[in-house]
Amino acid sequence: MDTKEMIKINQLNKSFGDLHVLKGIDMTVYESDVVCLIGASGSGKSTLLRCLNFLEKKDNGNIIIKGKEVDPNTDNLNKIREKVGMVFQHFNLFPHKTVLENIIEAPIMVKGVDKEEAISKAKQLLSKVGLEDKLDVYPNKLSGGQKQRVAIARALAMEPEIMLFDEPTSALDPELVGEVLATMKELAEEGMTMVVVTHEMDFAKEVADWIVYMHDGKIVERGNPEQFFSNPKEERTQEFLKTTILK
Amino acid sequence: MERKEVATLPSFSHFIQTLIETKSVFLKAMLLTIELTVVSILIGIVIGLFFALLKISKIKVLEFISDAYVYLVRGTPLIVQIFILYFGISGIFLLPDFWAASLALALHNGAYISEILRGSIQAVDKGQMEAGRSLGMTKVLTLRRVILPQAFRRALPPLGNQFIIGLKDSSLAAFISMNELFNVATTLGSNNFDEMTYLLIVAIYYLVLVALLTFVVNRFESKLAVSDR
Ligand SMILES: Nc1ncnc2c1ncn2[C@@H]1O[C@H](COP(=O)(O)OP(=O)(O)O)[C@@H](O)[C@H]1O
Ligand SMILES: [Mg+2]
Repeated sequence: MDTKEMIKINQLNKSFGDLHVLKGIDMTVYESDVVCLIGASGSGKSTLLRCLNFLEKKDNGNIIIKGKEVDPNTDNLNKIREKVGMVFQHFNLFPHKTVLENIIEAPIMVKGVDKEEAISKAKQLLSKVGLEDKLDVYPNKLSGGQKQRVAIARALAMEPEIMLFDEPTSALDPELVGEVLATMKELAEEGMTMVVVTHEMDFAKEVADWIVYMHDGKIVERGNPEQFFSNPKEERTQEFLKTTILK
Repeated sequence: MERKEVATLPSFSHFIQTLIETKSVFLKAMLLTIELTVVSILIGIVIGLFFALLKISKIKVLEFISDAYVYLVRGTPLIVQIFILYFGISGIFLLPDFWAASLALALHNGAYISEILRGSIQAVDKGQMEAGRSLGMTKVLTLRRVILPQAFRRALPPLGNQFIIGLKDSSLAAFISMNELFNVATTLGSNNFDEMTYLLIVAIYYLVLVALLTFVVNRFESKLAVSDR
């Protein structure tokens, strides 16, 4: 098999106090795959995603990134996070920095990239997400869709090999969802490995290679989009799809 | 029973005349007041930031140290702190009066500033730290580049207020023989048997200083507010 395993997790468990949130998750993400993670609110999707870049600390289980098991106690997590970009529901842009400053911050401060080089890379990324004219604008001047595209550009500036998206369009007005999904789709087509938590079923159908359905801290069902949406095996999945498609 | 002496208000022309006549000695005293205030506020910010960071460190011992410091400072009068520092420290090693006064004022201001900064750091959205971390930035780097600039901006109005309090509190340095504004006013007043005139004059100086300080803080605030416009 010549497709690389970018992420592999075995029997991942995570609790918040008495609340057992992730109950033995197994999952593999191959290079250039787009995995859409769906499930009801509170099922543990965000927690799983956050465990993948170690914003949350697992209780037990293994997380293997590019063939190397990560030990949060001894490994340099910052180095790993450089390779794993993350896009948040609420953008989390730095409000005191311009669009350009948002994008060049980490490359310069973390990777020690030369400023000129960081700027020219940022401009490239901004034109890629269609915002080359917003260079010197502060985030509060942008629409939600524009903010999220800047956030994507900011993550890409670190040249990650994996991108995680946590409901990237859930905070957007409906008319702004499309522009962000289009950017993500383009990224997928370029071969980026992506794990996307989303409620956008049309996007999942069209772009995902794999759908993973979570319920109550467990993966209930997974499959390719065609099989998953037209012929779900599990009763829980069928119920979930009925309620979400009605929405 | 001893009766309190009744001070009468000076006539306007007498007040103005005295104001003009004493301006060089008061300006010199004002310079010392400014020095005391600026030095104690600058050191106070460093101390305040230090204890604010201890407080948010999530390390119990450090939190306790920060709490204890704030409690001690808030729980005792400033004049007591100044005397303890002045006589206490001077007994251990030689500290110029100016630095004893500045340090006492700084330690005092620092407690209030640490409370202001702690509040404003905690008010910064949690997502900011996560965004920094997710980009591979360390906690310290994110704190320095992302959290603190936002926290300072948020803290500026209450800090400005604390600076004004610090300016006025510097008058207590008079009690350890600093020849700042208040000391000069009371000394001249009693020498000339004309306390009220000199108290009114020194009030004018404080009002001017507060106006200046307010102006500077406001300028700073609007300069930093670019991203909110
Ligand atoms: N930091 C936290 N502390 C305590 N409970 C949490 C925390 N984060 C998430 N939870 C709880 O874990 C469960 C799963 O949350 P989450 O992963 O955000 O679900 P989803 O993203 O699928 O909506 C929820 O019950 C949530 O309340
Ligand atoms: Mg979530």
